[in-house]
Amino acid sequence: MNSSDPVIDVSGITKRFGNKTVVNGIGLQVRRGEIFGFLGPNGSGKTTFIRMLCGLLTPEAGSGTCLGYDVLRQQREIRTRAGYMTQKFSYYEDLSIRENLDFIARVYAVPDRRNAVNAALERLGLDRRGHQLAGQLSGGWKQRLALAACLIHSPKLLLLDEPTAGVDPKARRDFWDEIHRLAADGMTVLIATHYMDEAERCHRLAYLAYGNLLAQGTAEEVVRAADLTTWEVSGPRLAALADAIRGRDGVEQVVPFGNTLHVSGRNAEKLETALAPHRAGGEHRWKRIPSGLEDVFIALMDGAEDNYQ
Amino acid sequence: MNRFAFHRFWAVVLKEFVQMRRDRVTFAMMVGIPLLQLMLFGFAINSDPRHLPAAVLSADHGPFSRTLVWAMRHSDYFAFVREVDTEAEARRMLQLGEVQFVVNIPSDFSRSLLRGERPAVLIEADATDPAATGPALAAVRAIADRVMARDLKGPPAALHAKPGPVEFLVHAHYNPENITQYNIVPGLMGVVLTMTMIIITGLAITRERERGTMENLLATPVRPFEVMAGKIVPFIIVGYVQVSLILLAARFIFRVPMEGSLVLLYGAALVFIAANLAMGITFSTLAQNQLQAVQMAFFFFLPSILLSGFMFPFRGMPEWAQWIGTCLPLTHFLRIVRGILLKGNGFMEILPELRPILLFMAVAMAVGLKRYRQTLD
Repeated sequence: MNSSDPVIDVSGITKRFGNKTVVNGIGLQVRRGEIFGFLGPNGSGKTTFIRMLCGLLTPEAGSGTCLGYDVLRQQREIRTRAGYMTQKFSYYEDLSIRENLDFIARVYAVPDRRNAVNAALERLGLDRRGHQLAGQLSGGWKQRLALAACLIHSPKLLLLDEPTAGVDPKARRDFWDEIHRLAADGMTVLIATHYMDEAERCHRLAYLAYGNLLAQGTAEEVVRAADLTTWEVSGPRLAALADAIRGRDGVEQVVPFGNTLHVSGRNAEKLETALAPHRAGGEHRWKRIPSGLEDVFIALMDGAEDNYQ
Repeated sequence: MNRFAFHRFWAVVLKEFVQMRRDRVTFAMMVGIPLLQLMLFGFAINSDPRHLPAAVLSADHGPFSRTLVWAMRHSDYFAFVREVDTEAEARRMLQLGEVQFVVNIPSDFSRSLLRGERPAVLIEADATDPAATGPALAAVRAIADRVMARDLKGPPAALHAKPGPVEFLVHAHYNPENITQYNIVPGLMGVVLTMTMIIITGLAITRERERGTMENLLATPVRPFEVMAGKIVPFIIVGYVQVSLILLAARFIFRVPMEGSLVLLYGAALVFIAANLAMGITFSTLAQNQLQAVQMAFFFFLPSILLSGFMFPFRGMPEWAQWIGTCLPLTHFLRIVRGILLKGNGFMEILPELRPILLFMAVAMAVGLKRYRQTLD
């Protein structure tokens, strides 16, 4: 495989459960060494899509390759070369950390297994906890173990399904440092997440809602493509102000951000017209700010709800 | 890549062993069940029952008939609860289960005895539980011979020749087929294996699904056959431990004769254990959760214990029940174990019973492999 070829290159991937379309014709390209963020609300099809990439589910329609193998026909080849970390901890709670790693290493026929297991323990700072049962670990340590386990066979692609859910901020930062180190060494990472700060740590992003891919590109590209105008308002009685302007023509969303309100709309002129009477009051400070990823994602999700519900 | 790989199979075997060791309760159950069943079935059911209620219907009031009754009472097997006067009354007591035996002494008993005519004493037995009546009936002849030998002195002593002075006719009511005491313990081997093997492996795959580890296992290159075989092997060893426990108890506690080859028995047990494990694994691919798996195991276990000939004589069952019994591996394994231990059967004699077990295993394994989903769809 040429290093410039995309590691994941799929198009039209579709999956239905019953008559509900969970993933609707998604196409994606992910390049080698890239950290690709996969965002979207709960039930948007992120997990289903990742499961199709690693061969746990069979797509109903679509085609493409993952690591150069056909996603519909060569699932076993993909499985041996990709590392998949499930959303829920899915290693054996009645085995110790070392025994879990040893099992996975045996299954993948990792050469020089003993050293590989020791190295994995050491790299993740688990070397002194090797004898501990996995079931007794805290959320952060379980996540470290899961990452160590899915790295043990030196995969070329990591598929991570909300790996930092329920993990404290310090552990999350350590985790991301590790992901960036891996990517710098040539690992390709597809990571599903809910967190905006994590989205901003990705090289590129895709946003999913109700099975549809709504945006794709770098964070800047996604923001630019959304073409959203945002005003930041500060001052007293923001809740009353929010009620007053919500629903006005041109005002698409009003979201509290700490001590400020973010008021956004896709049509800048309409938005300005709608806000003019309130700005004239002089009670609040109004500032036009560049739209953030979160503003854009909320706008995308609201729009998707209108179209697909 | 596309074939069975030993390293993956072995990974599953080792994992199962460690998990088995951690799960103390299940482990205790695997050793505890054979011991508990041995105690329950071995002692409770198969003891040598004494003081069985009996009635006398005696038309003869001579000294010899009294001696006979006295001797029977003193054997401890018979407890004479009353004397009855009519045949109908005796029959009714037997029918209601008030007595286990009715001893009929003919009117000219003492006289015929003295004349050397070998009078016949009829013992009517309620043989619904043959294990209960068997030892008492076996004892009765010896008692009569011994007692009469003492009482018949002088000229009638000549009667104390070979066939014995009194003829005993036994009329076993309600259940003509007698199961001997030795049937139960060897049979238990099959029952214990069926019960523990199917329940424990029934949980094997449902547990992975319930705990969420299935998703991970499916994402690895492990193949269905490697998972199934890897989960079966550790339990074969557990099964052998159970077989050995029961054999030791059979030998040293219950004194069951062992006529045939133990090596052959262990070989046949391997096939039987594997068949049950395959069935258990198949249940666990069908069940949605662990509770369902246990329920399925019980649905299989009940007909196995009832229709295999363990509880009831196989030939005494109606045809449809025999037909179901023939499909169950336990039926055939019971015949193999009893054949080897009690009759000293060899390989050629057990082969016809081994074949259906192998067939059963192949079918169960095939269904299990088909049902084991390699994907989550």
